[in-house]
Amino acid sequence: MRGSDYVIKRIGFALSTIFIAITVNFFLFRVLPGSAITDLSRVPNATPQLRHALTAEFGLDRPKLLQYFIYLKELAHGNMGVSYISQQPVSSELLRAVQNTIPMVTVGTVAAIVLGVATGIVSAWRRNSMLDHASTNIAVLFYAFPTQFLGLMLLLLFGGVLPASGMRNPFVFGAQSLWTQAQDVAVHMILPSLTLCLTLYGEYALIMRSSMLETLGEDYVLTARAKGLSNRKIIVRHAARNALLPIVTIVAISLGWIVGGAILIEFIFTWPGIGWTMWQAVNQRDYPMLQGGFLLLAVSVVLLNLIADFAYFRLDPRITE
Amino acid sequence: MTSIVQDPGAVTDGAVLKSDAGMLREVLTERKTAVVGLCIIAFFVLLAVVAPILAPYPTDARTCPVFAAPSASHWLGCDDGGIDLLSEIMVGGGISLIIGFTATLVSMVIGGGFGILSGYFGGWMDIGLMRIADYLLVIPDLAFAMVIADVWGPSLPHVIIVIGVLEWAATARMIRAQVKSVKERVYVKRARSIGASNSRIVFRHVLPQVGPLLIANTVLTVAVSIYLETALAFLGLEDPSAITWGTILQHAFGRAAISAGAWWAIIPDGLAVSALIVGCFLLGQAIEDALNPRLRVAHLSFRHWKLRPVVTRRLDAA
Repeated sequence: MRGSDYVIKRIGFALSTIFIAITVNFFLFRVLPGSAITDLSRVPNATPQLRHALTAEFGLDRPKLLQYFIYLKELAHGNMGVSYISQQPVSSELLRAVQNTIPMVTVGTVAAIVLGVATGIVSAWRRNSMLDHASTNIAVLFYAFPTQFLGLMLLLLFGGVLPASGMRNPFVFGAQSLWTQAQDVAVHMILPSLTLCLTLYGEYALIMRSSMLETLGEDYVLTARAKGLSNRKIIVRHAARNALLPIVTIVAISLGWIVGGAILIEFIFTWPGIGWTMWQAVNQRDYPMLQGGFLLLAVSVVLLNLIADFAYFRLDPRITE
Repeated sequence: MTSIVQDPGAVTDGAVLKSDAGMLREVLTERKTAVVGLCIIAFFVLLAVVAPILAPYPTDARTCPVFAAPSASHWLGCDDGGIDLLSEIMVGGGISLIIGFTATLVSMVIGGGFGILSGYFGGWMDIGLMRIADYLLVIPDLAFAMVIADVWGPSLPHVIIVIGVLEWAATARMIRAQVKSVKERVYVKRARSIGASNSRIVFRHVLPQVGPLLIANTVLTVAVSIYLETALAFLGLEDPSAITWGTILQHAFGRAAISAGAWWAIIPDGLAVSALIVGCFLLGQAIEDALNPRLRVAHLSFRHWKLRPVVTRRLDAA
């Protein structure tokens, strides 16, 4: 298989997965039993005009199959209906929420990768030493802690010192300079991001450790040692680089977990992102919002997976063989 | 998602797989972590079995003040309703375990069945089933579970079905890869040539080879199921009247245990969940590691290299 074939195959795969996601989304909310309550036009306290407009837009009085095609068409135009609660378009509400989620999740995930890779390398290097055992046990422990439990423990420990809920201090917002506002958001971000970092790091550390151990058994490591290179050089130049490959994969696989963790974390810390929005939608029976949020998460995870595939291809062209 | 999903076929390639029982006995005698993991799981199962008899207080009646601190009569203190937490954790553990094991069973049956069908027969069924599996592998579990649990309404059977239906994909992928590699081996071809039926080949020759990996996978799936159960419960998507490890945490958080400083409503329960997950992880990982021969060699020197005389000192002296 040539490189371009691989790229096309991956894109085709991502597109078909997105298509399945859209279809599942439609069936979950409109066709399965119990979905009558999810009629998009049943916005509480809506004016008759809005109701008529929604019924016409989504063809809610037409047969289900036709509704499906209308749903696809409206989705292509970014129309996901209107929130039951705020009566605003779902897409604009979601966009705002995602903008809040991305920085918090990015900081937490990147920190987890750095921490996991570093401890994993050291563990494998000092295999079976006290340091290795301690580091591995701690990693297993953090891997096992349920996200919400970790969040609650951090709240117990730092609840009085660091801001425990929300994204901004209402007294800071708007009045002060941009720098003060950014500082405020950053301080609010510490606990949520730290929780995400700690829940993820354990898995990355364990994977990095076993990946390093596998790499250290390769012949090129033996060759490097025979050349008389120091352990440090073998690790940095030869072993770690190759051992990093599975980390790309594992980060891609764990994207679903990252999203799940983010939902729990946003719920605990009232972070006004996509997870918090979805939880509120569940709580307030805001079905269009829930449907839109779920679809958005699904599509973003598929696209991020695609990016990971391309990154992997760049790093290791052998994959096409 | 071929590049993403690790191909377990490659992992066991070259290694001669032993029969289930022999392999497991070997893992349990050679690897301390496997024994520790098994003991942890056994402890919690035992605790769940004896909970109805040994729980010190009833879980549906007030026996102490709201958020009473741990004391001699209430070892782990009390929750927001004045209910003894030790009893709740013991009883709730049983329900969490039942949810975890049942959901795992559901996912094993679906995943094992689909994996064998798809790996053994291939063709259109393979493509179709694996596309669904890929979708489920990519999709964020918790978000999906939230949506289904919400559309169907919160109840324990729903939670079990949701988790089971979400988790089968990884199992199916793994079993499929294994079946595909096993069915090309000579003894399977030989069995076919003397007229063995498909079902005989699957149950007599393929399944026993897949067994150890399936067991490792089952144990790890139990951990994932219990994790998801506590997460769903924490978000309020489980029957609110049920007592599980998940709802205990949810009640503690929802009713301000943190501002009351009642750490005893959070820490013991969370540690119980974590301990069980650690147990499953240790056992499952030990079996998987035992199946992976590549982890046994390392060419890096662990000590700094020193020149030593070829003969040992004692021989010198003699």
